[in-house]
Amino acid sequence: MSEALIEIRGLRKVYRVGKVDVMALRGVDLDVPPGDFLAIVGPSGSGKSTLFHIIGGLTPASGGTVRIAGQDISSLTDAGRTELRKKKVGFVFQKFNLLPNLTAADNIAIARHIAGRGQAPEPEFDELLKLLGISERMDHKPAALSGGEQQRVAIARAIVNHPAILLADEPTGNLDSENSAAVLEVMRDLNRRLGQTILMITHNPEAAAFAHRTVRMRDGRIVA
Amino acid sequence: MRSLLSMFLIAVPVTLILCLVGLSQGMLADSARRARGIGADVIVRPPQTSVLTLSGAPIPEKVVDLIRRQPHVALAIGMIVHPVSSVSFVSGIDLAGFDRMSGGFKYLQGGPFRGPDDIIVDEYYAQQHKLHAGDEVTDVLNHRWRVSGVAEGGKLARLAVPIATLQDLTGNKGKVSQIFVKVDKAADIAAVVAELKAPENLPEYNIYTMEEFTSLLTVENVQGGALSTFIHVMVGIGVVIGFAVVLLSMYMAVLQRTREIGILKALGASRWYILKIILAEAVIMGIGGTIVGIGLSFAARALIQMLYPASLTQAITPEWWPIAGGISLAGVLLGALYPGLSAAAQDPIEALAYE
Repeated sequence: MSEALIEIRGLRKVYRVGKVDVMALRGVDLDVPPGDFLAIVGPSGSGKSTLFHIIGGLTPASGGTVRIAGQDISSLTDAGRTELRKKKVGFVFQKFNLLPNLTAADNIAIARHIAGRGQAPEPEFDELLKLLGISERMDHKPAALSGGEQQRVAIARAIVNHPAILLADEPTGNLDSENSAAVLEVMRDLNRRLGQTILMITHNPEAAAFAHRTVRMRDGRIVA
Repeated sequence: MRSLLSMFLIAVPVTLILCLVGLSQGMLADSARRARGIGADVIVRPPQTSVLTLSGAPIPEKVVDLIRRQPHVALAIGMIVHPVSSVSFVSGIDLAGFDRMSGGFKYLQGGPFRGPDDIIVDEYYAQQHKLHAGDEVTDVLNHRWRVSGVAEGGKLARLAVPIATLQDLTGNKGKVSQIFVKVDKAADIAAVVAELKAPENLPEYNIYTMEEFTSLLTVENVQGGALSTFIHVMVGIGVVIGFAVVLLSMYMAVLQRTREIGILKALGASRWYILKIILAEAVIMGIGGTIVGIGLSFAARALIQMLYPASLTQAITPEWWPIAGGISLAGVLLGALYPGLSAAAQDPIEALAYE
């Protein structure tokens, strides 16, 4: 195994809910090499989403270290985590989370714009859109796209800035089995062809089977 | 829809400001135009009056005779002015002298006075009160007048009656409110003013060249600057309204778009990026509101001209458009700042979970 792209040691996260402290992560250790396709499974409340949020720079850790490509992100400020989200990670969500008033093309363009890379993707991105099967649907707004198409647009948006990691949170949770299979095939294809590192949270064993390996979480720890 | 409504609400204070300034400037410009229309070179007004106020008729008519005897004075006519409403005055004139000084009224209907109870109205007063030559007017000083003529506007007051009648009706027999003086030639105007101000003549009186007098008819001179202050207060209210409208509108927008803000933050949008979006929308609403407000000020003027052509004159004041626009933008930027900052500070996870 090559040097880890993601190296997590003793990761802890405590949420304050009212007057009660809730331990969401109780010391997670995890290594993810570049080019890995990792599925994280576990019941609700097991801490997998919290882990996902910390790796993606959406929330800070309470303790432990998280290194991404050698950079310790656990000590980053809010601005530092914003830079991380801009440059190193791409998100795919269960609810697609496309901006409803923008076309598919503009949803992708705004990710480029935020990253300061200009709005038009590189010419080779067209090939990727063909691979995703959405190249003919780019002028449509999300409401005019099927769930599967929306999720593939979301995947295109997530990787348009060439992130080191693609974080997918239940990417098939809102899709029927046919579209689920199509989206998972696309993700596996991206991993194989482009070497895209992917971390995918899922409840679905069939979805997890698309990954190279699976880690299981329970009560804020990795158990297998 | 929310943005369009906000734009319209932002337009309201813009219209308010432009109408207020337009009415102030328009009415003063109309007064100046009508004063110039008299054709006088010098105006003599009683002591302790301002350029915009007259109180009764305190000048004895013998003062008119004194002025007529001065060198280079070609013509001097006394005139009595009496208010008939908060914005309208009736002038008592010696029609023959007035005609010689001004070149005479241009009658659109009827003609000059034919009796002591005749009244000449200008076209705007006639339009507002639906009057024609030969009609009877009873709402001016509770007297029964006959409209002898409807004259083109721009000379003197909107209502003119024989001076003797007005002196009788107002208890000012033998007195006038102000005196207009025509000088032999323009080069002599300054000399005539100086002569009239001489200690042996009328040192206590307010004596102006017509050019000087009309230049003093400004917003700043009304009621010792009170109108100017009033306009500034209204401008301040405009800022507050713009601020409140945009604050509420943008706060609603931020609530409605919480999830979208979360998406942008997940994509790596910085606080400043989010704030810029909110401020940019506010600026667009401010510019749109200003344009709509300017359009509404034209509509307001058309409405005023239709309903009150004699009482109110609204000028279009393009020099105030950038000021109103600036005020509107200041209001919307202030109003958008808090919602913008709260949007920028939103937690991305909470925002993404917002339904």
